Amino acid sequence: MSERKLFKGNEAVAEAAVRAGCRYFFGYPITPQNEIPEYMSRRLPEVGGCFLQAESEVAAINMVYGAASAGARVMTSSSSPGISLKQEGISYIAGSLLSPLIVNMVRGGPGLGDIQPAQSDYFQATKGGGHGDYRLIVFAPASIQEMVDLIYISFETGEKYRMPVMILADGVLGQMMESVEFPAMKEPKDPKSSAYGVTGAQGRPARVVKAFDLDPELMYNLNEKLADTWKKAEESEVRVEEYLMDDAEFALVAYGTSSRICRSVVDKARSEGVKLGLIRPITVWPFPKKAIGKAAGKVRGFLTVEMSLGQMVEDVRLAVDGKKPVYLHAVPGGLIPKRDEVLAQVKSIIQGKGV
Amino acid sequence: MQDVYRTSNSLTKNTMHYCPGCAHGIIHKLVAESIDELGIREKTIGVAPVGCAVLAYNYFNIDCVVAAHGRAPAMATGIKRVHPDRIVFTYQGDGDLASIGAAEIVHAAMRGEKITVIFVNNAIYGMTGGQMAPTTLVGQKTTTSPYGRQVEHCGSPIRIAEMLSTIPGAYSVSRVTVTTPANLMKAKKTIKRAFQNQIDGKGLNIVEVLSTCPTNWGRTPYESMRWVDENMVPYYPLGDFKVPEEAK
Repeated sequence: MSERKLFKGNEAVAEAAVRAGCRYFFGYPITPQNEIPEYMSRRLPEVGGCFLQAESEVAAINMVYGAASAGARVMTSSSSPGISLKQEGISYIAGSLLSPLIVNMVRGGPGLGDIQPAQSDYFQATKGGGHGDYRLIVFAPASIQEMVDLIYISFETGEKYRMPVMILADGVLGQMMESVEFPAMKEPKDPKSSAYGVTGAQGRPARVVKAFDLDPELMYNLNEKLADTWKKAEESEVRVEEYLMDDAEFALVAYGTSSRICRSVVDKARSEGVKLGLIRPITVWPFPKKAIGKAAGKVRGFLTVEMSLGQMVEDVRLAVDGKKPVYLHAVPGGLIPKRDEVLAQVKSIIQGKGV
Repeated sequence: MQDVYRTSNSLTKNTMHYCPGCAHGIIHKLVAESIDELGIREKTIGVAPVGCAVLAYNYFNIDCVVAAHGRAPAMATGIKRVHPDRIVFTYQGDGDLASIGAAEIVHAAMRGEKITVIFVNNAIYGMTGGQMAPTTLVGQKTTTSPYGRQVEHCGSPIRIAEMLSTIPGAYSVSRVTVTTPANLMKAKKTIKRAFQNQIDGKGLNIVEVLSTCPTNWGRTPYESMRWVDENMVPYYPLGDFKVPEEAK
């Protein structure tokens, strides 16, 4: 049995990626994720990998693009303003059908914003983010253990669909410490064994990795291929946790850090006789439309709790499809929702006193 | 029967899309011949740029990627770090390398990346229709400098080879052109050496090649070659700016 260790979220991200067979990291400093590159700069040389601090986020994501093109398991991490700078590269990577891991420890925005935890990059993460039609598989863990477990499967998931994978976390998950059990070390794949990477055209026809075609018919074909992939991922990769939803009369919807607070809200509500439940998307793309649609058949309404001005609420409304009212508890700016304030809003809605 | 001439194995049979008088075709050929002669075709990976040479992967019979505008040295870095036993080169124009990609080439040189960079400078943005580049000569008219480039408005043309030669991590830095048979022979030797240096584990190796753009310059192919000799070479002198004795 492996032992449990007390680990900081950012360092756990890095160790989990190493154990998942990631041997290449390219990044650029930005708060609150700096422990990821710092940890990788120590750890990767120990396992025969390569850490490189790039001159910018733009260069970092293009180094990731190069390493992924070369057939390697590779990752980068950043926080909101840095992830914005990486969007061009992420679009190219998605268009080239490559599957590196991108970690976003989200902080308050817009602009330089602040360095406190936030969930205001939901649109950017789940709707493409850069130019052109593309999606990422986006995991939104709510604990360090879950973050570790999701990173451990992220490369296989990405490689299965040939889509990039993003961990959408925040400053709380990056900075706090929790007890973690790490999975076993996976043997990294030999990049030279890649079926589509550029490795040198030894004894085979030359390969090209690109997100480019001047012929619109060929670009159409690529778009169609991407759409087919999304459909398959939407059928098979949705992850969602329901908490006390069986007899719930009203539902909270929240992911990541805000879902932890919502769990306390549910517990407090239940202790006061309010039948509240929680739906927690673990993948925010693909989004758990079915679970929410099903709940719409039995609860009186939904309250989405987000550390932003309300972004996921739009996906919740699409999934509910007008069947029940969907309300919003929005806490932007890098602040954290408060249990009693969320509960007060739930009660006010239930009692018909307004939102 | 003895072969007198043979098409390079490192080139495909595809017909090039380059305009008549454009030197990309000649430069592609010199790169391909170098790869052939060094016997590295099956271990070479090319990074195509954004610009007229974006389609280079159609012409080089080697593994290729297409980088985002200016990011070829970063992408090449990622590839070379994964495959240190492979030969990685970028092929970039002056809008790509000297403007939007200035940071990437400077830092790739600073790190001494063990890559080869073929930098094709024709003093203009070709593919987008002839706009001003950082390398556009003073007084040169383009579609975005219709009165001629003016120093007080947008500065003087940037000399990339001279600038990179000041960076300790740059191993070899040269400027050549292909306007005459003699210049072409010198260019071939320099390009081949820039690949040999990488085989020897040295980097960064950059060859700036002064090139033409008859279409956007509004000149014939012959006039364009002479325009390089008469106008570009005086501002962008040819030669080795930094080549260690051991590599000569």
